[in-house]
Amino acid sequence: MSSFWSIWISVLSLIVIAGCFLLLRVCSKNTTDVKEGESMGHSFDGIEELNNPLPKWWSYMFYITIVFGLVYLALFPGLGNYKGLLNWTSSNQSIGTEKGIKADSAAAIELAAKEGMYVQYDQEVKHANEKYGPIFAAYLATPLEELVKNQEALKVGGRLFLQNCAQCHGSDARGSKGFPNLTDSDWLYGGDLATIKTTIMNGRHGMMPPKGGLPIDDSEIAGLAEYVVKLSGREHDEKLAAQGQGSFMKGCFACHGMDAKGNKLMGAPNLTDDVWLYGGSRGVIEETIKHGRAGVMPAWKDVLGEEKVHVIAAYVYSLSNK
Amino acid sequence: MKFNHEIVEKNIGLLAIFTVIAISFGSLVEITPLIFQKDTTEPVEGLKPYTALQLEGRDIYVREGCYNCHSQMIRPLRAETERYGHYSVAGESVWDHPFQWGSKRTGPDLARVGGRYSDKWHEVHLIDPRAVVPQSNMPAFPWLAENKLDGKLTGDKMTILRNMHKGGYKGKDLYTDEEIAGAQKAVEGKTELEALIAYLQSLGHALK
Repeated sequence: MSSFWSIWISVLSLIVIAGCFLLLRVCSKNTTDVKEGESMGHSFDGIEELNNPLPKWWSYMFYITIVFGLVYLALFPGLGNYKGLLNWTSSNQSIGTEKGIKADSAAAIELAAKEGMYVQYDQEVKHANEKYGPIFAAYLATPLEELVKNQEALKVGGRLFLQNCAQCHGSDARGSKGFPNLTDSDWLYGGDLATIKTTIMNGRHGMMPPKGGLPIDDSEIAGLAEYVVKLSGREHDEKLAAQGQGSFMKGCFACHGMDAKGNKLMGAPNLTDDVWLYGGSRGVIEETIKHGRAGVMPAWKDVLGEEKVHVIAAYVYSLSNK
Repeated sequence: MKFNHEIVEKNIGLLAIFTVIAISFGSLVEITPLIFQKDTTEPVEGLKPYTALQLEGRDIYVREGCYNCHSQMIRPLRAETERYGHYSVAGESVWDHPFQWGSKRTGPDLARVGGRYSDKWHEVHLIDPRAVVPQSNMPAFPWLAENKLDGKLTGDKMTILRNMHKGGYKGKDLYTDEEIAGAQKAVEGKTELEALIAYLQSLGHALK
């Protein structure tokens, strides 16, 4: 704080205290011409105002607050840059409490700087890291194949999932329209442990452009949708589906594969399994083809850190591999 | 005329003036110095000015009263930083007029919601929160998807912000003349939903 503001704060604070004192003194004196205990001459409905002073105990309490304020400001840092007779400070409080050193003693300042521990928050974080750090470090050091057998780790993963993942994938991990179900065996990018971890760490950007970015006319969409229905093994119109197959060959296979079983490297879904992210009705399939889809899984590397992602990956894997 | 209570007691105007003087001391001591402190007036490193669309989104956030249920203020308590990320600092809200710290959490804190969920999630969730979070008690905001922005005032809003913080962004102004000139074009025809999502996705990237 610059010395100007320091003086500003100190002077104003002291003026207020002095002002309170003066006001109290002036108001305690009888400045009327009426003697104490006699009528002020106001009468309302027969009730008279008498010229009585404030009760003594009450005005004394005001004086006590003034004394308390002055003593407090002398002992503690309240007046601008003035440090107070006790040399107390809120920074490096924690290290003082922790190690039993007087706050703001030279030793406390040195230790606080060394351990980066100043306020209560630092202390909280330090204690938590001491308690949970080794646990997570041990989890991270455990290969995922081993970790999925650790019931305790899966429990931790489940908690982290509920807090961070359930918003999209649901608290039962069954997902919803546009947000994948994690409990089945159908995976867009792959359901092995390493891939699940990569997906959580770095996120995924699905990218099906409208009509796959291919020279497909709007009139072909109904046929294509019919072909996709056929691929999933449902009842279909053979003639329309045959037309759709022609359109499919314009380039849809580039991502979805010649056999339409998808491509996990690109996250292109398998069209033959009758599992649908956005819905498998003809209307929704047509909408998907026409407007494309771009599902995004955010990256959690920076938000959660690898230790936690590692545990969540094990949990997610366990959902479909009981 | 000697000093007498009666003068103050019988002049309500005078009483009001004395009252204001008495209570203004607290503000002068506690608030005024902060207005001149670097910590509270300078942006933290990495803070970026809102784009035209984000700025419009922010106004929708204010209009719909999101702050009534969502705070944007992560306190320095481990329980909060574990859930939401780094605690909030004053330097992150220097360009917010008014700031959206809020005081009540019916919903979660949003100070670092940017990037946590996909745009699509926000879209579904704002139109019908229960479509993705069945337990949610957040109201739905379906009209946001229908209302379109005309952007007539966007440039003016940016100009006002720029004038309030001359040279406030790394020694430069918050917006260039070109950005302000192109503001209307940048937001025109976009839905309020898109603007609000753009705003939400911009929140909290300055600190990790």
